[in-house]
Amino acid sequence: MSTVTYRDALNQALKEEMQRDDRVFLMGEEVGVYQGAYKVSKGLLQEFGEMRVVDTPITELGFAGIGVGAAMVGLRPVIEFMTWNFALLAIDQVVNAAAKLLYMSGGQFNIPIVFRGPNGAALQLSAQHSQAFESWLAHIPGLKVVSPGTPRDAKGLLKSAIRDDNPVVFFEGEMLYNTKGDVPDEEYVIPIGQAELKREGDHCTIVTYGKSALMAVQVADQLEKDGIRVDVVDLRTIRPMDVAAITASVRKTNRAVVLEEGWEVCGVGAQIVDHIQRDCFDDLDAPVIRVHQADVPMPYAKNLERAAKPDVAKTIAAVKKVMYLPD
Amino acid sequence: MSPTANGVALLRAMIRIRRFEERCAELYQEEKIRGFLHLYIGEEAIAVGVMQSLTPEDAIVATYREHGHALARGIDMNRVMAEMYGKATGTSGGRGGSMHLFDAKTRFFGGNAIVGGHLPLAAGLALADRMQGRGVVTACFFGDGAVAEGEFHETLNLAALWQLPVLFCCENNRYAMGTALERAQSETELALKAASYRIPAWPVDGMDVVAVEGAARRATGAIRAGEGPHFIEFRTYRFRAHSMFDPDLYRSKGEVETWRRRDPITLLTDRLRGEGAVDDAALEGIEREVAAEIDAAAAFAESSEWEPVETLARHVTSEAPS
Repeated sequence: MSTVTYRDALNQALKEEMQRDDRVFLMGEEVGVYQGAYKVSKGLLQEFGEMRVVDTPITELGFAGIGVGAAMVGLRPVIEFMTWNFALLAIDQVVNAAAKLLYMSGGQFNIPIVFRGPNGAALQLSAQHSQAFESWLAHIPGLKVVSPGTPRDAKGLLKSAIRDDNPVVFFEGEMLYNTKGDVPDEEYVIPIGQAELKREGDHCTIVTYGKSALMAVQVADQLEKDGIRVDVVDLRTIRPMDVAAITASVRKTNRAVVLEEGWEVCGVGAQIVDHIQRDCFDDLDAPVIRVHQADVPMPYAKNLERAAKPDVAKTIAAVKKVMYLPD
Repeated sequence: MSPTANGVALLRAMIRIRRFEERCAELYQEEKIRGFLHLYIGEEAIAVGVMQSLTPEDAIVATYREHGHALARGIDMNRVMAEMYGKATGTSGGRGGSMHLFDAKTRFFGGNAIVGGHLPLAAGLALADRMQGRGVVTACFFGDGAVAEGEFHETLNLAALWQLPVLFCCENNRYAMGTALERAQSETELALKAASYRIPAWPVDGMDVVAVEGAARRATGAIRAGEGPHFIEFRTYRFRAHSMFDPDLYRSKGEVETWRRRDPITLLTDRLRGEGAVDDAALEGIEREVAAEIDAAAAFAESSEWEPVETLARHVTSEAPS
């Protein structure tokens, strides 16, 4: 084991997969000469050259589509979006092309491509740079959607995403890149579609993924001091969702809180709650509560932003509520 | 043009597409074919002419008005017709329909129904071909409507910047659905737009299949020689409505009639007759053969099975190991 940042874990995954398979190449804005807007691609241009680390102009729709075309003939592009906010300009290629070509062609053209980049809010970047889009992409059949919260998960899942024969949407986070964690020194992959229990307890379940998994772990650690033990189910993959892991946990605890960065309406949490009500109806001792961003565009001011975001205190309050405990 | 067998072959290829689509329109009325059906009638010279300049290793990317391109490329008519019916024997097993014909074997990459959405795909195919050392050309067909899309401009910029081996074939039929070129474009000389990206570009009479072939050969020759992307604006006209749902109220009958006098099939027939390359008997022979092929394709589609509903979710994702 080594202690590695989330950023370096992604860098290792890219490097190892590019060494392993010469069909893999990285393309996006500032990935080469600049060494990556968030330095995820640091050193890759020097090692692999400009044919495999392709700098593009600011033209998200163009390079996303070029990636899809290259994937149609067997290359394995990794498309870096500087943030998922900018990827909205490219969503035609993700949704109308990458997700549908295999089906429309009757199985003739699979699209082995990864679309990756930071998602969700950082600090005071305001409305156009602070959005969490996972529910948008998870809605689309044909896509796999991954959102790892730790360096170990980020590396193992990015390697799986690159090896996957389908389009994989890979959500990172600006606030995650500097976080550190243990990463195995030996080669490993983490399968897409498998949740992991990040904390174990029998009083309540917190279902979450991505950056919020770190928050959920903090919540669990704080509650433990009060004698409240929670299961933290870190989905890691949003589509396909590990429903069995959610069900197993909720059947044990009989209570659930669903925590996500995104907005409430039609959010990923709504899908999770649907699974819980279908599979655990008779097991529940309380209604499931969701914790999420306030239903507003992200404000700039520090106090307003704090009020808009989910946090540890809001999540602890939700856990206490489903346990019918006083605040 | 000299009275060569090639001229007759071009004529036969255009007649084959024309009659196929006329049959499709009938089959639509009979409700054998449903959904959107966009006919290429009037524009056949472009697909047929450009295909002459391509090798089997080259790639083709087309729009939702692609029956002609699919047939000219050599996809089996039975499988094309079966796809129009939505049958299991169709090119996409009934999952695509008229707008989504695909064929990996002939490097036919759709059948794409988002206007402009396939232009970056074409550039991506070309990038991959270059990365993997295949010296081939990707021909990308699109209408004048696509020229107003951001994807057109982003793709042309990148293709020129990276000198990708793409032949951009603009089928300018003067109407983006019902919107006339003059109502859609600030600059109606579409080749100028490509030229602004430093891509060699010029207009060609899209009703003259010989001119189309000549221009395409010139362009693909230059692309193969490493001279980067080329752009040809083929000036053409759609004789039928945009789709089967279009009452065609945005253009005058007189305008349609004027263009019909430049029907690419009539133009070539007259020329070949003048040169003594075809006569009534030869033309009747072509029509007879084509009709027989279309009859057989319709019978094949009619008698084919539907895809079992149990396979509904097949091909949503690919689960074969890489």
